Formats: sequence, C-alpha cells, structure tokens
Amino acid sequence: MFAKKSRNLILASAIAYGMSVTAAFATDITGAGATFPYPIYSKWAEAYKAKTGIGLNYQSIGSGGGIKQINAKTVDFGASDMPLTSDELNKDGLMQFPAVMGGEVLAVNLPGIKKGEIRLNGKIIADIYLGKITKWNDQAIRAVNKGVNLPDMKISVVHRSDGSGTTFIFTNYLSKVSGDWKSKIGMGTAVKWPVGVGGKGNEGVASYVQRIKGSIGYVEYAYALQNNMIYTQLQSHDGTFLMPSSETFQAAAAGADWAHAPGFYEILTNEEGKSSWPITGATFILMHTSQEKPANAKEVLKFYSWAYDNGAKMAEELVYVPMPKSVVDLIRSSWKEKIKDTSGKSVWN
Amino acid sequence: MITNSKSESREKYQAFIDAGFKHTTRFFAFAVLALLAGIIAELFIGALPSIKAFGFGFFTSSDWDPVNVQFGSLVSVYGTLATSLIAILIGIPVSFGIALYLTEISPPWLKRPLGVAIELLAGIPSIIYGMWGLFVFAPKLADTLQPWLIDHLGPLPVIGVLFQGAPMGIGMLTAGIILAIMIIPFIASVMRDVFEIVPPTLKESAYAVGCTTWEVVWHVVLPYTRIGVVGGVLLGLGRALGETMAVTFVIGNAQHLSFSLLDPGSSIASTLANEFNEAFGKVYTSALIELGLIMFLITFVVLAFSKLLLYKLSKREGEKS
Repeated sequence: MFAKKSRNLILASAIAYGMSVTAAFATDITGAGATFPYPIYSKWAEAYKAKTGIGLNYQSIGSGGGIKQINAKTVDFGASDMPLTSDELNKDGLMQFPAVMGGEVLAVNLPGIKKGEIRLNGKIIADIYLGKITKWNDQAIRAVNKGVNLPDMKISVVHRSDGSGTTFIFTNYLSKVSGDWKSKIGMGTAVKWPVGVGGKGNEGVASYVQRIKGSIGYVEYAYALQNNMIYTQLQSHDGTFLMPSSETFQAAAAGADWAHAPGFYEILTNEEGKSSWPITGATFILMHTSQEKPANAKEVLKFYSWAYDNGAKMAEELVYVPMPKSVVDLIRSSWKEKIKDTSGKSVWN
Repeated sequence: MITNSKSESREKYQAFIDAGFKHTTRFFAFAVLALLAGIIAELFIGALPSIKAFGFGFFTSSDWDPVNVQFGSLVSVYGTLATSLIAILIGIPVSFGIALYLTEISPPWLKRPLGVAIELLAGIPSIIYGMWGLFVFAPKLADTLQPWLIDHLGPLPVIGVLFQGAPMGIGMLTAGIILAIMIIPFIASVMRDVFEIVPPTLKESAYAVGCTTWEVVWHVVLPYTRIGVVGGVLLGLGRALGETMAVTFVIGNAQHLSFSLLDPGSSIASTLANEFNEAFGKVYTSALIELGLIMFLITFVVLAFSKLLLYKLSKREGEKS
C-alpha cells in the first residue's frame, strides 16, 4: 500500500518535473488511426491544451491506416480498435495499451417495439447474420421473448460496409458464441457477410436501420443514444439479460484478466460475470518500443496519463467507458518497462 | 544598318520564343502521356501480389472474403457496369429531350434560365446527390416504384430475374437512377452546345422543304453533330463509371452476386471507398488496387469502343455517297 502510494508520488513529481522542463519547447503530439475514439480524443486534447499548451493533432483515418502510419513512423502514436497480437507487435517493434472502452448494441426497427423490449442472445444474432433466422417471429426469438408481440416480418440485416474496429469486435463476439460463425465467416475488420446491406460508418448503419422496416444492425452505444434508436437487451455470458449501460460495460472490463494478457491483447466480448455486457471492446494506442524521439514519446505518454487521471468524466459524458484504476497502473508499468530511447533508457520514469 | 540588325535580333528573339513555346507545349502534352503510363505501371505493380495469388480467377470469382484472403472482382464489376448502364439508358433520352427543347422548341426568353439551371445542376457535389438519394429518394422508391416492379415485372420470364427481391429502397437500381440524374446535366449541356453549332441554313432548308421539327433533328441536326453527341454521352458514362460517393450511399454495399437490380450490390468505386482505409495485409490491399486497374481497363475499353464506332459510322457514310 505504502509502496504504491510512494510510487504514485514519485510519478506525480516526475510528471511535474517533465512538464516544467519540456513546456518551453513544446511541440504538438501527432497521432493517427481509429475513428471510434476520435470524439473523446479530441475532447481530451482540447482540455489538455488549455492546461498545458500542448496540442494533439489526431487524424481519424481508420485503424488500418493508423497501423500503417505508426509503422512508417510518420506519427508519434497509432490508434487501432483491433489489438495486435504479441507476435505482430514484436515483429514491428511496437507496444500497445488500451486507452478507452465502449460498448456495441443491436439496434432494430420494428413497429410498436420499445427500447429494450426485445431480448436476444449470441446464438440468435449469429443465426440472423448467417441468414438462418429470417423472420422476426421465428421460434428461437419467440422462445426468449415470451409475451412480446413479434411481427411476422422479414429480418433485414444491416452491417458495416467499411472495414472497422466495430465490425472486428462484433464478429469476434459472434465467433465466440457460434461455432458455425467461427468456421464459416470468422472475425476481422471486414468479413464476407452472407446476407444483408452495408452502411458506411456508424451513421450509415444507423440510417439504414432507421429506414428499413424489420431491420437489425450493430452500432456503437453512443451512436444509438444520440440517434434515439431502439436497441435490444442482450444475454450475458452467465445467462442474465442486460440493458446496455456504462455499468454493464465497466463490469465486462473489470472481469477481464488484463494482467495476464500479453501486450494487453484482450477483447472484452462474452466476458464472464452476471452483469458483463457481452459486446464490449477497448481501443488501443500503438507506439514504438525504441524511440528515436524520446521527447515526443514522453509527451504522448503524459497526455494519456493525464487522460486516465482527469478524463474519466469527459469520457462518460460521451458514453465511453474509462479504464479502471487497476488497469491504468498496469499500463503505466508497461510504459516504463517497454518504451525506451535508443540508448535503452526508459522514456517514462 | 542599325534598324536591320535590330530587326535581325528581334527575329532571333522571336524564333527563340517560338522554339521555347513549342518545346514547352510539347513537354506538357507528353507529361500527360508519362502520367498515364506512370499510373498504369503503379497500378500494375501494386496489383501484382493479387494477380499472382488469383490469376485469371480474379475476373470470374464472386468471392470477397478478407478473413480467408479470397478475392474476386465479379460482384464489383457487375455492379459498376449495371449501374452505369441504367444511368445511360435513362440519361440519354432525357438529355436528348432537354437539348432538343432548348435549341429547337423553347421560346428564346426561356433558353437562358433553363440553360443556367442545367449548368447549376452539374455543379452540385456528388455527396449531396448521395445524401438526397439515401434520405429522400430511396424511401420513396421503396414505397412506390419498387413494389410495382416486383409485382409486375418480377414474374416475367428472362427479365424477371432483374426485378426480384424485397423493396428496400437502396440497391443497384437506385444507384443507377441517382447516377442518371447526375449525368443528365453533363450530357444535356454538351448536346445543347453541339446542336447550336448546326448552321441555320441547313436547318432552314430542311424546314423549307416541309420537314417537321423531329425530321429536322433526326436527319439534319443529329448526323451533323454525331461526334459531339457521342462525346457528351461518353463524358456522362465516364462520370457514371467512376462515381464514388453518391453510389456508396445508395448501392447497399453488399459483396454478393445477385442479378436483381433491387438487391444491394457494390461498384468498384464504392468497394474502394469502403475498404481501402482499413484494408490489412498485402494481398487484400493488392486486390483493391487490382480492382482499380480493372476500372482503368473498363474506361479504356469503353473509350476505344466508342472511337471505333464513330470510325465505322464515318466510313459507312463515305460508302453511301
């Protein structure tokens, strides 16, 4: 306990010292990648700039682009919704850490159905997206929705047409809950969808779902809230039916075993726990382990360190889920351990 | 003497300027060629991993599976050709009508405002057409035209295949109609411009021997302006083949092969716009670049074919007389 406190004290004084030294020749931090965390990164950046004078230039070009840019060393950090495996990280001399989390919901367009009225589970969703369940009054859907008046209507499946981390998290979930999905389709930022129409971006999926009667689509929770969409309950790994909320997303994150996940490779889908929302995911930051410009790397780490400490409320306002304290401690020690300058000295200390 | 040498130096100076001008313009002209060759070479090099992996099968396969790294171009190529064909089928007669009315029938005071309106339409950015298509046009189509097509044309033999499925509003037909609306101003304004250059004496002589307006247009105006008209159509076709944003909004972006025009599909441009950003791995990126190369070839073939057509037409004319 004492050790932890004193470490934090040292950390805090180190941050303060670092700030006083580098503020004189402050340069903006550059980053590129995932579109999903862009709103919260820019909100954090605004507050951080007001406080420290250091800005963040973040290009939301997509996770794939973020990985390409960090490998080309054109940016200080890359951002990806899809974590890289430790093999991939080692190959390119990278390290990664989660920045913030979010949840996905299934939005539907059914006449007379209210928010959270319909219950779905992983098996049913997989069968709908495989084209096996084609009607809303299918026996399998009726079995978990006793008392709900399900219409005799064709299900129109909506998915993302662009490659996206959202799709990765969704297909990862389907692969975990359905053997059929895993063997026939698999997971990725883009997959070979057996049925349905594709919308570009969350807004594309949202507008298709709102326009096509009898449709179902997966969108980020924040997006469903902003657009006042009708979403469903989902069954957790432990069998309980849940409504999406910050609490259920956080429960999924807390249940994950981050300490034993090499390179923080942890996809928070189908996590154990009675109140763990089944389709939750983190978005990741990628950095080089050997830093040619240690001063820039330090600025990036300082920014995220500040965001972990001070950005939780801003994140919750935008319906993101901040990283739990225990995970932040793990992240800080991984910075110290992994990110070195060219002489082998830790950048973060 | 002095004036002589002065004019001599002036001549030299002019010759120098002339030569400089000649070389500069030649450089510009050849720069276009170099650029073209460079683009083809780059596309080919970029597409090489995909060409090696799939060979000729890339043209015949309708697979598009990033997870298992299996790619084929059939869905995107069909989508591109089908939507452009619909656009041209609707676009040509409407544009012809517009140009005809503007040059031959409309009262003079109406010509200018109508002409300006058409040019303004051509200036609307494509994303506006896409958004309008998705939010306004597609829902209307889903409620009106599409159910009618499914009920009345769907059961027919042969062409029925094109009109089956659910009326979702989006799909290849919608994309084709939006494209038609987008290319009409282009084709119509080119047609109007070339119709206007027909010498009045030709038309007046035809009218004088008792021709109707239609006969004048069909037998005098059109033969005189054939190359310009085909050029206008090509301009529109080129735009339809390559149009990205508007198509991406309404085509449905599904990578499975369906001949029904009411089903969602993909065009080459929409596939590239959707997937290039997040494409991972060498073969996936390379397959997308190969799609780009195919698009280039399609445009080239269309262009070459129409030139050939024009050449044949003018040759036949020579034989007749």
